[in-house]
Amino acid sequence: MSASTAVLKAESRLFAREPGSLFWVLAFPSLLLLAIGLIPAYRQADPSLGGNRVIDVYVPSVVLVALITASVLSMPGALTTYRERGILRRMRTTPARPAHLLIAQLVLHAVAAMLGAVLAIVAGRVVWAVALPEQLLAYGITLLLATLAGLATGAVITALARTAKAAQAIGLAVFFPSMFAAGIYVPIQVLPDTVRRIIELLPFGAAAQALNQAASGSWPAWTHLAVLALWTVVLMGVAARWFRWE
Amino acid sequence: MSIVEVQGLRKTYGAVTAVDDVSFTVAEGEVFGILGPNGAGKTTAVECVEGLRTADAGTIRVAGLDPVRQHDEVTRILGVQLQESELQAKLTVRETLEMYSAFYARPADWRPLVARLGLAEQLGRRFGKLSGGQKQRLFIALSLLGNPRIAVFDELTAALDPRARRETWQLVRDINSSGVTILLVTHFMEEAQYLCDRVAVFDRGRVVALGTPDALISGSDSSVVISFRPSEPLPAAALESLPGAVSVAYEGAKVIVRGNDETVDAVLAMIGRERVTARGLRIVDATLDDAFLSITAKTEAAQEGS
Repeated sequence: MSASTAVLKAESRLFAREPGSLFWVLAFPSLLLLAIGLIPAYRQADPSLGGNRVIDVYVPSVVLVALITASVLSMPGALTTYRERGILRRMRTTPARPAHLLIAQLVLHAVAAMLGAVLAIVAGRVVWAVALPEQLLAYGITLLLATLAGLATGAVITALARTAKAAQAIGLAVFFPSMFAAGIYVPIQVLPDTVRRIIELLPFGAAAQALNQAASGSWPAWTHLAVLALWTVVLMGVAARWFRWE
Repeated sequence: MSIVEVQGLRKTYGAVTAVDDVSFTVAEGEVFGILGPNGAGKTTAVECVEGLRTADAGTIRVAGLDPVRQHDEVTRILGVQLQESELQAKLTVRETLEMYSAFYARPADWRPLVARLGLAEQLGRRFGKLSGGQKQRLFIALSLLGNPRIAVFDELTAALDPRARRETWQLVRDINSSGVTILLVTHFMEEAQYLCDRVAVFDRGRVVALGTPDALISGSDSSVVISFRPSEPLPAAALESLPGAVSVAYEGAKVIVRGNDETVDAVLAMIGRERVTARGLRIVDATLDDAFLSITAKTEAAQEGS
């Protein structure tokens, strides 16, 4: 077994031993969707949403909840703890590289976020009869780009926070605006134009809009995908510039 | 043949000079101690040897390799236990050993290692649930997984109780007799005296003495400690002017004179001459502790004088 496989295996085990992360990333988005659907008005066609139901446009937002939780809260917490406790440092004294740990964490959180997203889509389909995304490929591409942008955001938090406590504080400060941008509190479609345009410039706002478009069968606007790609590049650059191993 | 060579090492953190012009060599097969009080620069020095820190000046070679530029090669022959580091708290001992084994091309079998370290019962336990001694033994096991030629132990026994400390010393001896060179950082004189073939004494970032523990003790000004309770008080001035006497201290009625063999003769002669009875007379060889105090006191005096 190679060093990177061994690290990935160990980190997967550890991930499965974190009930908090498991709940918030995998279960919570689906539960949130189920709870929203209990409100009868959200299950009726709404002319201001182009004839869609609130629950329909809500699925992409909930999909992003899994991603936001995994990348903004869970991953920075894990990595800053590893740095604070000298676990990355200990690895530097072996032929393995601490980068293996970093990559394992990125992969795990990406997979967990995707899994949480799929579970939410399935829950929406089974319980509230929300149609599956019509442009599956576009949906997948958007989700992938959103995941990269999300992990890049988490990487920046990891790089800037000196301690695990700081990572938690910064993470929460990013979490709530991200949830708003993703349309968790109010559907983006019903917001005033100016606010909506600003939100579409944010990674999770752009992601929510693009996912909605892909879900209803059209290709997402290139501007949304470009916003995601641009944020990913900029944030990764910032993270790489400021990241410290110890 | 020396396996570790440190020449003119200097490392500063901002305005603080942690290590200044430090040189020493470690011969293959020996137990080499780095001894000194907290903050003397011991850990900084070995972390430069491990390649975790980059020296500001000087050269370091580990088996001829540069620990920073040839870091990968050095990690294959150098096993390390860090002073302050932890492992993933929810990983079990077995899982940790399996993961670390995968880091090396030809790892040692961890099963006999674990049996020898008395960790066999703990294999299913999570790191976070281990006692301090068990954690240290796991760190030792991890440092030996790569069949290293050199093992660096930094304050290995600092957190251990006296019994666990003794057991760990025996372990270090066993590891050394199996052919591993050991670089041991400690602030326990007793530990250095018991384990080390040679020690470098660090004080405020510099090497102030280097040699075998015995040579350091006998070479220091106070190699003998004489203590007794005189039946009548003895004149302090007379005691202090005894030949070879370095210091005279009083603990209640007890007089403690530090000096050399000449001082012993003079004290005995004085007792006879003054017709006093010396109760509880003890004459003992100084420990490395005493030698250390006398060495650092001298460098302090020299620095104040300059």
